[in-house]
Amino acid sequence: MSSTELHLGVSLDGAGSHPAAWQQPGVAESLLDPDRLVSLARTAERGLFDFVSLDDSFDPPQSDAPHVPFALDATLSLARVAPATNRIGLVATATTTHTEPFHLSKNLATLDLVSAGRGAWQVAVSTSEQAAARFGRKQVQPLDELWAEADDAIEVVTRLWDSWEDDAVIRDRATGRYLDRDKVHYIDFVGEFFSVRGPSITPRSPQAQPPIVIRADNPSARQVAARRADIVIVAATTEDAARVARDQIREAVGAAGRDPDDVTILVRATVGAPHLRAELDALHAAPPHHSTLDLVGEAQQVAAVLHEWFAAGSVDGFLLQPDSVPQTLEWLTDDVVPILQELGSFRRSYDAGTLRDRLGLTRPTNRYERAEVAS
Amino acid sequence: MSKPIKQIHLAAHFPGVNNTTVWSDPASGSQTDFASFVHLARAAERGKFDFFFLAEGLRLREHRGKIFDLDVVGRPDSLTVLAALAAVTRHIGLAGTLNTTFNEPFELARQFATLDHLSGGRAAWNAVTSPDAFTGENFRRGGFLDHELRYPRAAEFVQVVRQLWDTWDSGASLTAAGVPFRHQGSQFDIEGTFDVPRSPQGWPVQIQAGDSDGGRELAAQYADVIFSRHSGFRDGQAFYTDVKDRLAKYGRERDDLKIIPAATAVVGDTDADAQELAAHIRLQQVSPQGAIAFVEQIWGRDLSDLDPDGPLPSVDPDVDGTISITRGRVRHERDPLAVAKKWREISEQKGLSVRQLVIEVTTRSAFVGSAATVAATIDNYVQADAADGYILVPHITPHGLDRFVDEVVPILQERGAFRAEYEGTTLRDHLRLPLAVPGSERHTLAGTGR
Repeated sequence: MSSTELHLGVSLDGAGSHPAAWQQPGVAESLLDPDRLVSLARTAERGLFDFVSLDDSFDPPQSDAPHVPFALDATLSLARVAPATNRIGLVATATTTHTEPFHLSKNLATLDLVSAGRGAWQVAVSTSEQAAARFGRKQVQPLDELWAEADDAIEVVTRLWDSWEDDAVIRDRATGRYLDRDKVHYIDFVGEFFSVRGPSITPRSPQAQPPIVIRADNPSARQVAARRADIVIVAATTEDAARVARDQIREAVGAAGRDPDDVTILVRATVGAPHLRAELDALHAAPPHHSTLDLVGEAQQVAAVLHEWFAAGSVDGFLLQPDSVPQTLEWLTDDVVPILQELGSFRRSYDAGTLRDRLGLTRPTNRYERAEVAS
Repeated sequence: MSKPIKQIHLAAHFPGVNNTTVWSDPASGSQTDFASFVHLARAAERGKFDFFFLAEGLRLREHRGKIFDLDVVGRPDSLTVLAALAAVTRHIGLAGTLNTTFNEPFELARQFATLDHLSGGRAAWNAVTSPDAFTGENFRRGGFLDHELRYPRAAEFVQVVRQLWDTWDSGASLTAAGVPFRHQGSQFDIEGTFDVPRSPQGWPVQIQAGDSDGGRELAAQYADVIFSRHSGFRDGQAFYTDVKDRLAKYGRERDDLKIIPAATAVVGDTDADAQELAAHIRLQQVSPQGAIAFVEQIWGRDLSDLDPDGPLPSVDPDVDGTISITRGRVRHERDPLAVAKKWREISEQKGLSVRQLVIEVTTRSAFVGSAATVAATIDNYVQADAADGYILVPHITPHGLDRFVDEVVPILQERGAFRAEYEGTTLRDHLRLPLAVPGSERHTLAGTGR
């Protein structure tokens, strides 16, 4: 089954995905201006994108290409954006390797709270020696172990998100009780990497379970994504490869006992307008290496690819990584989106509701509530 | 020649998870909705307060083995709320509690540097410690920290965080990584590069609470602001002198550390009206069930059959119990038998019921009166060095500070003791803190916005 609506996310990392984007004069300094990020998110909101995303990592950049040598905390940065936007989803990356799952749970629930149901968590791991040395608590771990730990962290975080039932706060003056403590639950997780008693200190958030986003870049991540993710991001350079990747993810989701239609699969694509790309390429000696789809063309051409891959059922949508922000983002919003709307494959306005609603997900039943009913 | 008028510092405390917060009043709003935080932060900013503060506790309190349900329970994450508030406020400082036991320096330094950037230099960190195994059950390290090590770990934590913040100069190129750091201590052994450029304040404002000798010493060494519970006149002066006298041995001036006790203010149309209102609030704060739970903490027994309007229990406290009946709450160690004896004396002398007794023994000094009286009292206390100002803890969310802001602040301004407008851009500016920090002349570069 194909998705009923094209989903488009847009990445706001750094100055853009092109290696030269941040090297233009004054750009590096501007990245620390909080109003800049708000302005970018508003541009994306004007383009009716499903969400904006920010990567985050305790690993120093691992690529040889020149890179911005700094980054702010993604969850806090998107919380800063939340009150200044209304509808757009806010996908924050937070890593599970060195951060306490208890902190992750309340931080992301609070992002969801301050955005009135627009928060989402992109799960990532820290692979490097450098990240381990910054914390000094454990040795660097192999990838399969990192993702096994991430799997446990997701279990803990999502249990904590359910550890308060929606109507736990009762404010019952007659009995003097603020809380119905039968509706607040210990999670009692015991695992190989950590044990967490619970409950959360933070009540259940507007979406209850903010969407989980995973980049299925390796078999370990793909496995966790199949079990846990609401949005899976894949790399693919051709439409056939995208379709194969989507089919494989859907199959794995089904094998994990979940409904494949509950998972939105997006192809990651760097994207550039020819005139903007030429300017950036001129600043950068070596042509960048693309591990996934690189979409460069006039607005008509770019829109055609997005539309055709979606219409053919090869993808549910894309995570677009603009060459430069704001320039390429503005071009996407002002030039590409209107064509997609003309083609009938993209929304003309936002529906009311949460990010989960936009992804076709219902507000989940609380697992602890369910357990009680069953018993 | 008359002494110059000392400038008062004011902060706003979002109502927390203890019985100061009255959730049962019809005027009481949501403790969780973002709109509540926005209202109180904006009210404080309208009042030109120095900063807005969010506390945090990492485990829900328990009483007799169950989650304590009589006070407010639960809250969002402090830093995430503060980052969002940075979008809807312009001047006010944004202060949050983060625990030194259950966080790591690299991550915390990064979060506060981020908040300082996102707010244009308005971030403050209240460092707290909680070594107990009870809270540790929520964390992978568990209750690992020896009670004796809580201040050594906190001190080392603050030092390391500052070391990380100092790896970027304010004028540093943003195209190369910060200067590498390496720290090897008894608590932390870390190295690498820090990945957030120097924030507007360089070092976000450091807040410390803690009344013990160790806590006071830590504050004298590192803190820019110390919270205390000494909001009275005499105890305030004693605390003030004690802490300020400790500064010189760390090469610090007396103005380098602001002493800001937590205080409540009840403003009425007249002094008599305010007294009546204060009594009503005390009754709301100590519900019949809350009074019994409070007595149970001392008695160490199930007293659910006790009549809150009757006398104290005739049996003595159970002193054999090894685990406190209430967990996850800040308590000062007391001898239950001595406390029970004293309470019985008070209640016999004054003819008090259980509930009245609890109100009597838990009432702390508060600023109660007409706006003119409250303003004059606060000003007099500050001028007499009982404090440098107060962090006000309203009892109602989110409107609890409105009246103070609209009626008391203008009088303080007329008296020349409180700013009429924000004068600088950073929280360090509001607190009149020196930008130069011992051992690092680089701090003269921070906060150049004035």
